[in-house]
Amino acid sequence: MQPDISVRHLNKTYGDGFQALKDINLEIERGEIFALLGPNGAGKTTLISIICGIVNLTSGEVKAAGYDIVKDYRKARETIGLVPQELNTDSFETVWDAVSFSRGLFGKAPNPDHIEKTLKALSLWDKRNNRIMSLSGGMKRRVMIAKALSHEPQILFLDEPTAGVDVELRRDMWEMVRKLRENGVTIILTTHYIEEAEEMADRIGVIRQGEIILVEDKAQLMTKLGKKELRLQLQHKLEQVPGELTLEPVELANDGWELIFTFDSQQEQAGVARLLRTLGDLGIEYRDLQTRESSLEEIFVGLVHE
Amino acid sequence: MNLYGIRAIYKFEMARMKRTVMQSVLSPVISTCLYFVVFGSAIGSRMGDIDNISYGAYIIPGLVMLSLLMQSISNASFGIYMPKFSGTIYEVLSAPVSYVEVVIGYVGAAATKSVILGLIILATAKLFVDYTVLHPFWMLSFLVLTSITFSLFGFIIGIWADGFEKLQIVPMMIVTPLVFLGGTFYSIDMLPEIWQTISLFNPVVYLISGFRWAFYGVSDVHVGISVGMTMVFLALCMTAVWWIFKTGYRLRS
Repeated sequence: MQPDISVRHLNKTYGDGFQALKDINLEIERGEIFALLGPNGAGKTTLISIICGIVNLTSGEVKAAGYDIVKDYRKARETIGLVPQELNTDSFETVWDAVSFSRGLFGKAPNPDHIEKTLKALSLWDKRNNRIMSLSGGMKRRVMIAKALSHEPQILFLDEPTAGVDVELRRDMWEMVRKLRENGVTIILTTHYIEEAEEMADRIGVIRQGEIILVEDKAQLMTKLGKKELRLQLQHKLEQVPGELTLEPVELANDGWELIFTFDSQQEQAGVARLLRTLGDLGIEYRDLQTRESSLEEIFVGLVHE
Repeated sequence: MNLYGIRAIYKFEMARMKRTVMQSVLSPVISTCLYFVVFGSAIGSRMGDIDNISYGAYIIPGLVMLSLLMQSISNASFGIYMPKFSGTIYEVLSAPVSYVEVVIGYVGAAATKSVILGLIILATAKLFVDYTVLHPFWMLSFLVLTSITFSLFGFIIGIWADGFEKLQIVPMMIVTPLVFLGGTFYSIDMLPEIWQTISLFNPVVYLISGFRWAFYGVSDVHVGISVGMTMVFLALCMTAVWWIFKTGYRLRS
């Protein structure tokens, strides 16, 4: 099956000479949730804007649902819904009118049932006759999502969708994203909340200074780049790491009351057994122990600071 | 052709007019009526006829033109400037609409408003001044053609403007003087010869002259030239719009 989004050798240089994207190659499969991570100014929004037709590409080729975004822009854009990062909404229009406007703009015949369903799913139904300017920030964000879904897109872009929204809306939004995915919608999101990507995404792409430095299945990424950590709370304080352990990746913490052993999660667990055996041999006693895996956030920070 | 897209933009813009009916309809109607009261009823009776037309009636085509130009420019420029200003333009840029469709939506709505406004002004003028329309078809044609041309011009200004001041500058600083000096209140035959020649460089002279011909059959320049000049200006505006969308000027980086 052809990918829903296909980006080949995409370059973008702005008028002032700033090269925002460098030879981007990316394929996103139908029905997956793809999280695009990267620090501010890395090029996430530029990439999304090019795919959606808001920014012109300098060179390369981009296809959405198999249609070239330049030559076949109508068909390509019909398949895409975009929720941009900024809260750009009309002020004087009612929620209903604004969402209906979006559907028409994207070339779809009026369908009040679909608009009603969308507004209800986003808890906007009670506000349908309110002017947008009278809504709270969170409600405006919901309106923007409703607008993006008004024409039943096959591909949905969410650019920082949960920046500055309350817990309830965030939960609703992720619930909605899951439902959309169940219906086969492809979702591409950028987020600063990496735990969200960790929870939601099937695959993760990391962009840094205009270059995609990694695209990986989330689970594989976590095992491949993730670290595991074993923490031991000692019975007696240690002044320094015993000589027998200096070759191991161990360090003392908490004024010598804690011993931390770090290992790759890919590695066999043999290292842990060996360490514990050595500690037994040395007569070092411990009260408690925990292991933890590094989060996607730690992996991400490690990647972009390389 | 994305007809639903055109309709969405058109409806959106017409809804804006309904919301701002005081500003976009009532206020130009009232200010134009003040001219009719002052120059038509009050002072007009003491002024001589021009080309055998009472002064009050003589100034009607020019005053309608003034409102038409000002409102076409301000409606269309505001219509496209606001989404740029508020950021909602992203939606139009990412939608499956061609630039021709975008222009039909925005400019069509602005021109519709201007035509409606022109007709309202003409209807209210009847209350103050007695006038006739000799060539109704041509009168309507000029009304529609001028509305479309200057709405297109306004659309260009709206894209060019990067602040509210620029939106105001062109109608206030350029169009108003051109209309006042373009034969609204006098026949350019009444001017000294040198000023007659200079006036011919004022495009509004041709608009008012042609429009007045449709009312009373008299004109400063031949009506064919009036139609021709309007078409030339229309073609210039269309070329500018084509260039804007081709280059993405101030729309797509």
